[in-house]
Amino acid sequence: MTTISDTEPAAAVTTPARDKRGLGLRRVRWWRVVVLGVLAVYFLVPLASTFWFTLYTPGTHTFSLAPYGQMFSAQGFGTSVRMTVEIALVTIVILYLLLVPAMIAVQLRLPKLKPVLESLAMVPLVLSPVALVVGVQTVLGWGLDQDPGTPLFQLAADLQNQSFPLILPIVYVVIALPFAYRSLESGLRSVDLKTLVEASRGLGASWPVTIWRAVLPNLRSGLLSGAILTLALVFGEYTISSILQFLPFSVWIVQDGQGATSGQLAPAVSLLSLLLSWAVLFLVSFLGGRRAVGRPDRSS
Amino acid sequence: MTRLFTKLGAWGAVLPLLGYCAIALGFPVWAILWEGLHQTNPTTQQTTVTFANLTASWHGIYLTGLLTSLRLSLLSSVISAVVGLFAAYAISQSRGRYFKQAVLTASGVLANFGGIPLAFCFIATIGTGGVFLSWIQNVWPSFSLETFSGVALVYPYFLVPLMVLTTLPALDGLREQWKEASANLGGTSRQYWRHVGGPLLLPAALGGFVLCFGSAFAAYATAKALTSGTVPLVTTQIANILSGNVIAGEDNLGMALAFNTIIICGLMMAVYLPLRKRSAKWLES
Repeated sequence: MTTISDTEPAAAVTTPARDKRGLGLRRVRWWRVVVLGVLAVYFLVPLASTFWFTLYTPGTHTFSLAPYGQMFSAQGFGTSVRMTVEIALVTIVILYLLLVPAMIAVQLRLPKLKPVLESLAMVPLVLSPVALVVGVQTVLGWGLDQDPGTPLFQLAADLQNQSFPLILPIVYVVIALPFAYRSLESGLRSVDLKTLVEASRGLGASWPVTIWRAVLPNLRSGLLSGAILTLALVFGEYTISSILQFLPFSVWIVQDGQGATSGQLAPAVSLLSLLLSWAVLFLVSFLGGRRAVGRPDRSS
Repeated sequence: MTRLFTKLGAWGAVLPLLGYCAIALGFPVWAILWEGLHQTNPTTQQTTVTFANLTASWHGIYLTGLLTSLRLSLLSSVISAVVGLFAAYAISQSRGRYFKQAVLTASGVLANFGGIPLAFCFIATIGTGGVFLSWIQNVWPSFSLETFSGVALVYPYFLVPLMVLTTLPALDGLREQWKEASANLGGTSRQYWRHVGGPLLLPAALGGFVLCFGSAFAAYATAKALTSGTVPLVTTQIANILSGNVIAGEDNLGMALAFNTIIICGLMMAVYLPLRKRSAKWLES
């Protein structure tokens, strides 16, 4: 549908209209600077002072980047990071195996289901993770109430395996759904899926080949940003893993990481993970053939 | 016949997702309902249906917790919705491609960054011993991060980006021609916003506000790390009960509290979905 809005404005812009817009823009700019300025202060100052806090030791008046190095040698860092990365990968794989075919099918064949999918993807945003984890814990408890040896008991026990708790990715898939859905949705919006699929099918490609070689490459920027958001979410998720008493990265930081260096380690790690995930996401957004987020006609 | 098969194939691609959600979302919710409405007698081990848990969850400290949660969510989401809407408009008017991408990706990261790391950042900034605490206390002497107002100051950090993410598509969907059409008919900028832009944006803006509210209400990790429970919130109370700080016989009270939050979540969705539908009708065509 974007094609319509892309072509029309070019014809609509006449000289008087442009003058009006010029005036409007000038007026707009003034409060724009104020709003963006205030927000920049609100969003950047905590990050900057966290950085300062991790560098500067008030007692000795020294600056050092040590906390950033120390995290790698801290006790338990390796185990928790490996576990978290594994959980994140499993989450992303399950999420995409479920979401990609469903979204493509809805876009092409079942447009009526789109609102259903959309609302489903909104639920985890407002459903409290605490409430969700209460339910999950209860369900797991029911499983463990069975006699040892029965399949249900075994399943509940396996899901809570300390070295790789499969229950975490299962729940994270739900939590990450809104963000992955949104990323994929914006990816799907920027390609003409129907034409793409018809062309590929018309040339004799089977469905799996069409998806793999024609659709997915066009969605790669959406897929990548969804994956990175999920990764960031899994790394930062604390509620569920701490209540279920597992020790992934986020819980480790809070429990063990704090004692290490006068509390500088935890903020250092937080800051690093925030900036890293943002930087990667920013770069990825230029990767795909996706156009700028705004429509080009605005600047003409 | 072939049409039937393509339809079936499409359903086959959608059903796993729906089934997964039914199990991973529906099963825990059902468990909460079930346990919240049952009570096991410690001596006889008999389980009976009861409304005692639910009643208890609406009284005393739990009522305070619920009200504080609602108040906190309302305050922080109103602020975030207003600020976020203006921010989204400023961003949608911006021409810099890099700036826009940077802000959008940052919003994506920050909107799901509400949690422990966020709390750390603010503790380092204006917590006890924080870099800017003395500055804030010059203007606002009684300020402390561990109070209601402290938490309300932190929440917009992930709510404003959420608001930007949800309203930006609608703002981008406002076409320049509509503004020009209004101007050509002699409408002022104010009239444009009153009669054209405003009504078009309203559903999206309200929807964003509802999401912010729900998200603030659902938040736990940030509040826990900031206040360690000094501000009574539903989510921290649930977690407290779960970790065993509970009077005997009230084991299922946590379920009842969780049940309450699910009801509120359901209300949020019931408000949000019709709004979303209305906003989509105009802006996505």
